[in-house]
Amino acid sequence: MALAQAFPLRPRPGSTIAENVDKLHFFLTGVTLFFTFIIFAAIFYFAIRYRRRTPNEIPPQTQTYMALELTWTLVPTCLVAFIFVWSSSLFFQNSRAPNASMEIFVVGKQWMWHLQHPEGPREINELHVPVGVPVKLTMTSEDVIHGFYIPAFRIQKDVLPGRYTTIWFQSTETGVYHLFCNQYCGAEHSGMIGWIYVMTPEDYSVWLSGGLKGESMAQAGERLFSQYGCNTCHKPDGSGKGPSLIGQFGKPQPLKDGRTLMVDESFIRQAITNPNSMPLADYAPVMPSFQGQMNEEQILQLMAYVKSLAAQERKGK
Amino acid sequence: MSTAPQAKHPLPPVNYLNVNYGIRSWLLTTDHKRIALLYLVSVSVMFLIGGVAATLMRLHLITPHGTLVQPEAYNKLFTIHGVVMTFFFMIPAIPAVLGNFLVPMMIGAKDLAFPRLNLLSWYLYLAGASLTLYAILAGGVDTGWTFYTPYSSTYSNTQVMATALGAFIAGFSSILTGLNFIVTIHKMRAPGMTWFRMPLFLWSAYATSVIQVLGTPVVAIAIILVGVERLFHAGIFDPRLGGDPLLFQHLFWFYSHPAVYIMVLPAMGVVSELIAAFARKRIFGYKFVAFSSIGIAVIGFLVWGHHMFVSGQSVYASLIFSLLSFLVAIPSAIKAFNWTATLYKGSISYQAPMLYALGFLGLFTMGGLTGLFLASLATDVHLHGTYFIVAHFHYIMVGGTVMGYMGGLHYWWPKITGRLYPDGWARFAALMIFAGFNLTFFPQFVLGYLGMPRRYAVYPAEFQVLNVMSSAGASILAVGYLIPLVYFIWSMRYGPVAGPNPWNAKGLEWQTSSPPPTENFEETPIVTEEAYAYNDPPGPEIPATGAIGGAHA
Repeated sequence: MALAQAFPLRPRPGSTIAENVDKLHFFLTGVTLFFTFIIFAAIFYFAIRYRRRTPNEIPPQTQTYMALELTWTLVPTCLVAFIFVWSSSLFFQNSRAPNASMEIFVVGKQWMWHLQHPEGPREINELHVPVGVPVKLTMTSEDVIHGFYIPAFRIQKDVLPGRYTTIWFQSTETGVYHLFCNQYCGAEHSGMIGWIYVMTPEDYSVWLSGGLKGESMAQAGERLFSQYGCNTCHKPDGSGKGPSLIGQFGKPQPLKDGRTLMVDESFIRQAITNPNSMPLADYAPVMPSFQGQMNEEQILQLMAYVKSLAAQERKGK
Repeated sequence: MSTAPQAKHPLPPVNYLNVNYGIRSWLLTTDHKRIALLYLVSVSVMFLIGGVAATLMRLHLITPHGTLVQPEAYNKLFTIHGVVMTFFFMIPAIPAVLGNFLVPMMIGAKDLAFPRLNLLSWYLYLAGASLTLYAILAGGVDTGWTFYTPYSSTYSNTQVMATALGAFIAGFSSILTGLNFIVTIHKMRAPGMTWFRMPLFLWSAYATSVIQVLGTPVVAIAIILVGVERLFHAGIFDPRLGGDPLLFQHLFWFYSHPAVYIMVLPAMGVVSELIAAFARKRIFGYKFVAFSSIGIAVIGFLVWGHHMFVSGQSVYASLIFSLLSFLVAIPSAIKAFNWTATLYKGSISYQAPMLYALGFLGLFTMGGLTGLFLASLATDVHLHGTYFIVAHFHYIMVGGTVMGYMGGLHYWWPKITGRLYPDGWARFAALMIFAGFNLTFFPQFVLGYLGMPRRYAVYPAEFQVLNVMSSAGASILAVGYLIPLVYFIWSMRYGPVAGPNPWNAKGLEWQTSSPPPTENFEETPIVTEEAYAYNDPPGPEIPATGAIGGAHA
């Protein structure tokens, strides 16, 4: 036990998927050791048993033995098929966040992490979350590609400019865990690190209330919505040049070119930064692009506002 | 047997090395053997440069805060190491040095199909290497050898274009060498040298050449597109300009994953030759080994997406790429098992080349098996971009390719120079390289699973012990590589004369004098037996060919 603590072979597991990933990892380690042992043992045995005894010795020649060839073709084939099914089903399960996840928004920029809670608190290179609650992170980058990596949770995803990627985890134990940028991003790449604080729900609510002085993400988005004049066209009653945004999030939206897209995070981001690329079926393409006028955090806040409008409609009903 | 022939065989009075003198006779040569030596010198210089960069990196990482340089300089070191080792050492090493020397000799030809094109390949390599060295001296480049966009295309203000252009030009060298080998193997085989009588080195040289010809243009296109975006701000990769950053990764890995097989397939070919020669047996399952080379070359083109499992690539695409990546493991396993089975009932001797071959077999097995962790989606999500992958590909590239290259160099050195090196020192160096290698890279598997990211100039203190182990191993490895440099140079003047066939090996290259005459064989050999026909009594007097170098007849 003491040895395992002094020379650990794995990071402390901190999420619901960690133990399952470790099981696969140690199974693969076993496979590696087993076959390495077979090859090494065969080499050493043959090397001694069949060492050259006289300089001109000519050994008897052996014929290719088809059954042997088939054996060492089919055994590895079955083995990798088994590993493929195991690892892929695990990956597939791990790839989708539960519906009831708490949401966090992440913006990477050279060389720091900006993280924001929907309630408003913003953090830099730190993230506070309650233990045992599934957390879904929606991530984007202001500049180059970054990589969001929490070894203890066995999760990692690249963070790209110009689009959203998502990742999720459910922590199992309170504690402090490493956050690394794991996609090389320039001079201070190895300084783009931080900490994940997993707290008891009580500690978390205390921490959260301490940060609730400012506006929530949706409130900030509502302010931006009027500041940038979005509300002059996107009127709540639908009488403007653009569609009313109430109740739009999560619904299909027909385009002029015949496609129908789901209004999700990426849809809203694209509608703000490059509306000409997706003209709506029933409206004139008059919306200007806001590319370069607002940063990624502001776009995320606007999105939070649009999402809150969908919730408003549900309440209204 | 290595001592017996020297008394019998003086050096041939006229051979390709002394047929004419002067710098022009070398720089304007079209002799494939001389061009091989030009490559040998140039790739050795590049290996030294890449090795110095690696040594500095390992010194820097002895302490968590970094002992040697600022992060900017560290980033340039690992970029130099990667670019120089990949594009200017690993890719050309075995094909351009050993392949150039051996492909015509093994098939019984006088030269490659296009000798002047071969010389042009070397000049292109030299131009690319010079441009890259200029980039290093002019301030260096910090993108990593992968040149990921939009960092490389928009954000980095280092010598990106000079470096990328260097790799671009060297790429044409690679394409032309591949083309030359393909045509030569198709058209210039000696009478009786059927496809299934070819030594396995030629099968892997052929498979490698196909990848070089088909894959390299794609990375050339990717480099041009990065250049267009950097110079003219055309929106290709940078989303702010309307581009797609992942497009670059697809283009880059479409070449750079098959490039891994450009690096390792030739080493597999070398190892087949070494094991056959030092066990005095025909390679077990010859056809399986031959076709597994072709299989690796084909499937290798369909697995590039496994570099992008965490890039945001679709889950379904990742599933397909994972499955295909697992499939590559099968031909590799077939090879490893067949090589091991070749030893069974052999007559095994342990001269230095064989030690490298057995070292290759062990380390390549580990490198291949640890690839399973990275082809597995669930574990790759954790291991991607960590030291685990650094360890994995060094087991393939150094434990595999460099071991194969060193083994091949030791095996054919008497043929290349006509002289022997001291076998004791060579065995000592081989063991030192094996030990140093494992101490350097084994701890990195553990570091990776613990979550240490690669390309970090500074790192959390809990990773220090394993990093110190790795750095200690690197110093042993460095000394291990310097010893052969010394005795190889020594042997060129003072080494005992080798004679035409010091190992009593089969293969056409051993049936002519050492060093061979410019036209390789006095008469075109006629082949009447399969490769590795060790049933016949040893010695150069094999009636089948009727063409033994006159110098020692």
